[in-house]
Amino acid sequence: MNAAIRRVQYAVRGPIVTRALELEQELRQGVPKPFKEVIKANIGDAHAMGQKPITFLRQVSALCLFPPLLSDPSFPEDAKARARRLLAACAGQSVGSYSASPGLDVVRADVAQFLQRRDGIPADPNHIFLSSGASEAIVTMLKLLVWGSGRSRTGVLVPLPQYPLYSAALAELEAERLSYSLAEDRAWALDLPELRRALKEGRGHCCPRVLCVINPGNPTGQVQSRECIEEVIKFAYEERLFLMADEVYQDNIYGEGCEFHAFRKVLAQMGPPYSDTVELASFHSLSKGFMGECGFRGGFMEVRNLHPEVLQELSKLVSVRLCPPVPGQILMGALLNPPEPGEPSHQQYQEEKAAVLRALAERARLTEQLLNKIPGIRCNPVQGAMYAFPSIQLPPRACAAAQAAGQPPDLFFCLRLLEGTGICLVPGSGFGQREGTFHFRMTILPPTEKLQLLLEKLGNFYTNFVKEYS
Amino acid sequence: MHRFVLAAKQAAASLGYRGPGDGGKSMLLRYAGSLAAGWPSRGPRLPRPAREWSVRWSTAAKASVVKISEKASREKILTLESMNPLVKALEYAVRGPIVLKAGEIEKELRKGIKKPFTEVIKANIGDAHAMGQRPITFLRQVVALCTYPNLLDSPNFPEDAKKRARRILQGCGGNSLGSYTASPGINCIREDVASYIERRDGGVPADPDNIYLTTGASDGITTILKILVSGGGKSRTGVMIPIPQYPLYSAAISDLDAIQVNYYLDEENCWALDVNELRRSLKEAKAYCNPKVLCIINPGNPTGQVQSRKCTEDVIHFAWEEKLFLLADEVYQDNVYSEGRQFHSFKKILYEMGPEYYNNVELASFHSTSKGYMGECGYRGGYMEVLNLHPEIKGQLVKLLSVRLCPPVSGQAAMDVVVNPPIPGEESYSQFIKEKESVLNNLAKKAKLTEDMFNKIPGMHCSPLQGAMYAFPRIFIPSKAIEEAKVHKMAPDMFYCMKLLEEIGICVVPGSGFGQKEGSYHFRMTILPPTEKLKVLLEKMKDFHIKFLEKYA
Repeated sequence: MNAAIRRVQYAVRGPIVTRALELEQELRQGVPKPFKEVIKANIGDAHAMGQKPITFLRQVSALCLFPPLLSDPSFPEDAKARARRLLAACAGQSVGSYSASPGLDVVRADVAQFLQRRDGIPADPNHIFLSSGASEAIVTMLKLLVWGSGRSRTGVLVPLPQYPLYSAALAELEAERLSYSLAEDRAWALDLPELRRALKEGRGHCCPRVLCVINPGNPTGQVQSRECIEEVIKFAYEERLFLMADEVYQDNIYGEGCEFHAFRKVLAQMGPPYSDTVELASFHSLSKGFMGECGFRGGFMEVRNLHPEVLQELSKLVSVRLCPPVPGQILMGALLNPPEPGEPSHQQYQEEKAAVLRALAERARLTEQLLNKIPGIRCNPVQGAMYAFPSIQLPPRACAAAQAAGQPPDLFFCLRLLEGTGICLVPGSGFGQREGTFHFRMTILPPTEKLQLLLEKLGNFYTNFVKEYS
Repeated sequence: MHRFVLAAKQAAASLGYRGPGDGGKSMLLRYAGSLAAGWPSRGPRLPRPAREWSVRWSTAAKASVVKISEKASREKILTLESMNPLVKALEYAVRGPIVLKAGEIEKELRKGIKKPFTEVIKANIGDAHAMGQRPITFLRQVVALCTYPNLLDSPNFPEDAKKRARRILQGCGGNSLGSYTASPGINCIREDVASYIERRDGGVPADPDNIYLTTGASDGITTILKILVSGGGKSRTGVMIPIPQYPLYSAAISDLDAIQVNYYLDEENCWALDVNELRRSLKEAKAYCNPKVLCIINPGNPTGQVQSRKCTEDVIHFAWEEKLFLLADEVYQDNVYSEGRQFHSFKKILYEMGPEYYNNVELASFHSTSKGYMGECGYRGGYMEVLNLHPEIKGQLVKLLSVRLCPPVSGQAAMDVVVNPPIPGEESYSQFIKEKESVLNNLAKKAKLTEDMFNKIPGMHCSPLQGAMYAFPRIFIPSKAIEEAKVHKMAPDMFYCMKLLEEIGICVVPGSGFGQKEGSYHFRMTILPPTEKLKVLLEKMKDFHIKFLEKYA
């Protein structure tokens, strides 16, 4: 079989999740366990943890899926107006038709408008590609960028810790992964000297061509300052690196004084030569934010300063998969055209959105607070995204036991935690971490009471675990 | 030696090429083979061609090269030279140059530019709804209920739809279509697919654990191929595909840098698959690659033939003998029109051939929500059933699927309705059956209409449209037209199709996009436009063809 596939790992759904599913099965079969349910705090899936979808978005979707509902009086006019507009853009007025491969024209135009409103910087709909979640677009871009062999093989700079889609994609494409470490002692800051070091080292054995940034970070949650973004852009310009900005958590900002600055905005505002030279792809998704619509697989990317021929090749590449799922495109169209003040759905929409973001901010604070109360566990401020990524001390005897079991120590811990409490987290080794340090990633998504309970159980288990292996 | 082949050889010798360790010879052979098959030439698949390589593959590219060197700004990181060569080599004719041209013409029409027609008919792609086919009411009801569960309280939705919606939602995290599902798909839907397969195949057992929901069938096909392609040089995986084929296969093979191994369907015999031809193809391929995979499309695309039971048995026996992994693309299983033709799934025949075959032959079968009577292309729903996969391979498959998280959940829901439709006695049954039969009868009528009409046209021959959604007639192109096509740097059938598009406003795909025997020309047209429109179109095509023959006599 394909050897590259064998090297692919995706920890978020890796062995720990397999075990979690087995345990759920056992619980269903009535096998007695020290817990009543498995809490899947491993994956950034808000609805699975009880978050409700935004009503307006689902109304527009349902109207498009089943147009007879357009005569149903219980649906508001503003939702119907958006549905009619989207349906008119679908071939045969059906969401069952394939769309154009880069996505429905009208939604691409909406994305362009959205970007302009958000950043004050215009966007060209022709440079926007809708995708099946952000993941698909990220993999597509990487595919274009990976070539060469031996010392001329593409190297891709990715943060450490990183979201393991990147490492998986690079393993599959047989590209060189070049890790740049985020500074844990400074709230996971991105350091230019570290970027430079990683690049220099990379040049020794491959051809670094791409720099991936995740902002807000996953799993680390840091929100980059504007200055930092400018430095990264300058660096990319000087070192001739293609910039990929994964910005799917742009709506999830909690930290005091933290603000989301889109790479495309900063790039444009820096003016020439940067603004018309640095090649940039930015990614967004329906899965996070306040929408949490993971299952719809909706997303988009905007590319800037791409060679027109490459743009053609990109269009050709996406045409083979025909088109992104149309229901996801419809939902994106609804998201980018929310109810305006004065429209019937406006108030409810704003309330629902604010409630979700408020709850997430609360849980971010709570999680950070409670984790930091546990001796041996240290959690950086959760400035954004949906996760806490605390460091944990593991006694040498635990590490030895892990080694004997053929597991990284934090996986060993997480598996024991799962068996003992039903709490499913992802070990830091799945994301990458400095040698000799251990972490886990947990989501801040469970409802507040459950979260508190979870953190209490986690704290108790950890303390006992440490005692056991001291 | 043909100059392309020579130049390709030179380029293959250039530095930096990462590929089969044979110095590019296999690629060279592939490329030469593709030329022989009459594919449009786009240059060999090579990064950074040697400086001696002076022939650029398109005039547009040449123009931009000049533009780049004139521009004062620095060279981009990502250019045609500095990009993944496998992507550059990729082609997908169904959405290729002719469709781009159709799009341009549509823009011109919108601007009010006068044409000999008022609209462009996109008969290039198997998209039924785009051509006016209505969705199945029940399917849309269930998915709407899942999307906006408030509707479960609405008196306007039937109970049987609500029941299915509730069941699907229960399988979703937080009872929401917005949650990720398990990577192979929602469990209860996988179970429903297994039940459907058992019913369809007369009781042959299906295990939900062998079923994976996918983002359209395309996703499943490319994923399986991804896992199977390995080795280097002479041991690089060869993938046997029919000629003519649905160009997803050639694109996937190209993308994976695998070796495409062509076996020709027999046009004289209604595009039948001849096992002797399989044997010939395999034998020849063994000289330069390791043929491991055999792809079958049944009913065929673009050719529409429905395989006989005997033919399927022969293919299975061949795969068993030669230890080939079988890919059975069965997305048109509901589109069978010819009297005396019946769909027999590979899985069923395999089972019926007994344990020696059933326990050994590795098989992956694919289905989709995009075709049949549903036409739900936009949902990207599909599934694959795998048999006799090595447990390690299965593990790798699951791992690979997990990286893309899960297939779109609304597509999973749509697939569930396809495999779990209303049954006699249920409230929605009669309307469902009526709608389904209406769609299929309509398609069958249009298939016959199209076949008959094409066969009335001198210089055209259309094989019986036994199934699927396309006509793939052979067209006679006079040598004068072939010459003019060469001048325009186009394959002769591309030239024909471009002219057809410009004069009649119908967009069809040239046979060169699917592959055909050298010296023969075809085009693929869907049978999906509404009947009245189709009749008018076919008349116009007849007039066009006759004029074309006269002009280039």
